[in-house]
Amino acid sequence: MANIVGVISRISGPLVVASGMSGTSMYEVVRVGELGLVGEVIELKGDTASIQVYEETSGLKPGEPVVATGAPLSIELGPGLIEQIYDGIQRPLNIIESETQSPYIPRGITLPALDREKKWDFEPRVKAGEDVEPGAILGVIRETVLVEHRVILPPGISGKVKDIKSGTFTVEDVITVIEGDDCAHEVRMLQRWPVRQPRPVARRLPPVVPLLTGQRVIDTFFPIARGGTACVPGPFGSGKTVIQHQLAKWADAEIVVYIGCGERGNEMTDVLLEFPELEDPRTGEPLMKRTILIANTSNMPVAAREASVYTGITLAEYYRDMGYSVALMADSTSRWAEALREISGRLEEMPGEEGYPAYLGTRLASFYERAGRAICLGKDQREGSITVIGAVSPPGGDLSEPVSQNTLRVTKAFWGLDANLAYQRHFPAINWLDSYSLYVDRLGEYWDERYDGEWSTLRTEAMSILEDEDRLREIVRLVGIDALSKEERLLLETAKSLREDFLHQNAFHEIDTYASMDKQFRMLRNILTFHHVATEALKRGAQLKDVTELEVRDKITRMRYIDEKELETLDALEEEIKAQVGQLVPAEDDIYVA
Amino acid sequence: MLPKEYRTINNLSGPLMMVEKVTDVRYDELVEIELSSGEKRRGRVLEVTSDMALVQVFEGTTGIDVKTTKATFLGKVLTLPVSRDILGRAFNGRGDPIDGGVPILPEKRLDVNGYPMNPYSRDYPSEFIQTGISTIDGMNPLVRGQKLPVFSGSGMPHNNIAAQIARQSTVLSGQETFAVVFAAMGITFEEASFFMEDFRRTGAIERTVMFLNLADDPAIERIMTPRLALTCAEYLAFDLDMHVLVILTDMTNYCEALREISAARKEVPGRRGYPGYLYTDLATMYERAGRLKGKSGSITQIPILSMPEDDKTHPIPDLTGYITEGQIILSRSLHRKGIYPPVDVLPSLSRLKDKGIGAGKTREDHADLLNQLFAAYARGKEAKELATILGEGALTEEDKAFAAFSDAFEDKYVRQGEYENRSIEETLDLGWELLTLIPTRELKRVRDAYIEKYLKPKIKQDNEGEVKEAVAQNA
Repeated sequence: MANIVGVISRISGPLVVASGMSGTSMYEVVRVGELGLVGEVIELKGDTASIQVYEETSGLKPGEPVVATGAPLSIELGPGLIEQIYDGIQRPLNIIESETQSPYIPRGITLPALDREKKWDFEPRVKAGEDVEPGAILGVIRETVLVEHRVILPPGISGKVKDIKSGTFTVEDVITVIEGDDCAHEVRMLQRWPVRQPRPVARRLPPVVPLLTGQRVIDTFFPIARGGTACVPGPFGSGKTVIQHQLAKWADAEIVVYIGCGERGNEMTDVLLEFPELEDPRTGEPLMKRTILIANTSNMPVAAREASVYTGITLAEYYRDMGYSVALMADSTSRWAEALREISGRLEEMPGEEGYPAYLGTRLASFYERAGRAICLGKDQREGSITVIGAVSPPGGDLSEPVSQNTLRVTKAFWGLDANLAYQRHFPAINWLDSYSLYVDRLGEYWDERYDGEWSTLRTEAMSILEDEDRLREIVRLVGIDALSKEERLLLETAKSLREDFLHQNAFHEIDTYASMDKQFRMLRNILTFHHVATEALKRGAQLKDVTELEVRDKITRMRYIDEKELETLDALEEEIKAQVGQLVPAEDDIYVA
Repeated sequence: MLPKEYRTINNLSGPLMMVEKVTDVRYDELVEIELSSGEKRRGRVLEVTSDMALVQVFEGTTGIDVKTTKATFLGKVLTLPVSRDILGRAFNGRGDPIDGGVPILPEKRLDVNGYPMNPYSRDYPSEFIQTGISTIDGMNPLVRGQKLPVFSGSGMPHNNIAAQIARQSTVLSGQETFAVVFAAMGITFEEASFFMEDFRRTGAIERTVMFLNLADDPAIERIMTPRLALTCAEYLAFDLDMHVLVILTDMTNYCEALREISAARKEVPGRRGYPGYLYTDLATMYERAGRLKGKSGSITQIPILSMPEDDKTHPIPDLTGYITEGQIILSRSLHRKGIYPPVDVLPSLSRLKDKGIGAGKTREDHADLLNQLFAAYARGKEAKELATILGEGALTEEDKAFAAFSDAFEDKYVRQGEYENRSIEETLDLGWELLTLIPTRELKRVRDAYIEKYLKPKIKQDNEGEVKEAVAQNA
């Protein structure tokens, strides 16, 4: 079939209008102009098509051809994705550099996302004659030391395995032939999937298992579940990107997809240089061995930025379908929304709030809805999940703007960043009074089982101390510290300890950067134990000054620097706290030693 | 083939001109416009359909008519001719020499829009630049390849600070070729001549390239001015291996020009009438700072912008802050107290500082000291605030010490002379000296070893008495 060829009739920035395009469909990929720039049909009116072009359009002129490809925007799936850095439409940036010998990205370049030459060791998992259904694992490949790549039968194909090979193959070699009802399908490792279409699953499940991040304020106070969604809004300088990086580093997901969407180039460079050096705390292997990067920095073409989040989530779905837990970070969804706004403006659509298109909310919701925990296709009922953490950059830090509001409607955890905390260099600058997580109840059950039912109680108590602190500080501000009783002053001290010794976490300190739940739990218990025994001691006549100047408090501030391997020192500290505070009670009978 | 001339100008509105019945016009192409008087102007194609082209006229549309004016489409995008001789020259906002010298004999012509840098090809900025200004070197260190804007307001001495940075910047590792590219957008003649005078006096003019679009020059030219400057900087940095400091002032004027065009095109506005693509547009310029793997040159950007009503949430500073790697914020209250440079330390930030400081780069104690000074100053300010509500008496002994520290910090550390060039050692030592005002047990952010090594010797000797230079005079 001959491809449809249209003619450019109008050019305005990233938007090109072409006539003679009847027969093309919405979201079909086209090649624009003599340079063959990649574009996508986003509006059809009669035989004219509006096309968003993923590359700089400078130099195009009316009359140049537009060639339809007959397929929607799709990405390549197969072994070799991990450790790669792609742009928004899955062009490999490292290969672009070596192909062009230039530090700049030229236009009209097309390169396959997956290496066509590289041979992979394919180990079959099905036998000839076996019946297979969509989602069946045909075989496995060792993609990196951390990731076993499972080649799955793509949705839509089922039948009997006619022939399956074993050995080393390139991604384009036929590895098996499936005898279907009416025809035979050749299956290769290389598969394609349209990015705007979610990949199917057998059944969706509620998120009930925590995704550990090693960040105390998140894991203990505002946890996120595997398959959950979270948003991180904050003004500039409040540490959004550092949080996203920390999560990409320490989240206990098996695969991490990091989308740098319209953000700084140097941040991607930072990830590229740092991740191969960092060790995964669980496996000891470099973190890069489980990471895929999508970089569409702010100076790269705006339409490709729009596509980048879809490219990222489709990659995440592909690995979820293999039965992995995937974490996806999108930094920042506001830039993605701005790309939507820009294209919408050029299409002269009727704007909604602040110039954003009226469908902003729907688009955001359907993106976040692709997260989740699910039973994958396939007989083995394996479980996979995608956790999505989206950064939002509200103008001026004002959350009433449309992107923040629409995101809040669909995400279940909210980590609100606070510029004032950032000024005080309290990082992560997540405001403990504003933030919330709707996963707390479910995950509370999970942790209570592991920590003798203590976890939820401790968390609730810590939260209420922080809330009381806010109220008491207001009083201090109005009438001075003398208005408070000594118990209340102790509460202020405990709240300060919670803030400085627990919530505050130094991302750049080699030990403090990650805390396991065992450590978090013990740290929190020690702080609260001190609070309990100190309150009791004050009631029995001890002096506040003596209590706050105890040597053991110094040890509490240093808890964060205790190595994961020496957590028993934290248990010992609890006994020490009881003993030291106990000595301050003037009475003869010391209840705490007994 | 000779380019065709059109006399089919149909519509003129603001800076925009519509030409009809055109053929073979490319998007973004350069246009030459000849008025009946013989005067020539230039423009750029903003939008093109099969028979119509929308042209943005750089010098404005005054005097253009629909009858006699001719438009010629030149078939190329706007380029900047560059060669080694470009150093020491001055150009207008369109890239024509205005210093009376001969036009540049081009070694090559570069597309002023540049191409996006491949993030994979970038090298992470990590070399400390010593500016000689304590509040920058000590608290918000600048590194090579960083983009660090100065958020200022009208009437504050941002120009003096920028000139001081340009004058004093050195890298600790030694002598390397250094150049300054200066782009002025809509600033007054007086401000521009301040810079020129300063560069001339210090001899910096030899290694400076200037692009000047002054307040009375056409506003639309401002769209091109920073792009010319950055193209020139890219040439110097990546072709000639120089370390280039780019000063862009004043970005607010640039954004207003962008808004003007957007309004004339009747685009749907974003916040405060600025176009929705302001972020992307600013990013295509700011992101041209950086370092590249395998190249020894670098581009460091210091954009200056005056915040309307000192409002940091205004779209221009807001979007800038989201793109740049930190910001230096000037404070009007420090300025009123007569402190130069009036850098507001607490909200200022350098995102790349962690990679640029420490042993082997500045000094081992830098990071700890920076955090400690920061925390102490923040606490001192808080204590002073409390004192204004409840009176000095309500403060604890510690709070009083911190309050005293914050005053001394502003007076000795923040304040310095316009021509005072403090080495990083001096800045760090000064920091330790000020910390002697606080009880040692309160210094929780610094390692004990550093307290032994750097703080203890200070406690013994008396304060040496800071050399205080005259307060910066400013309009």
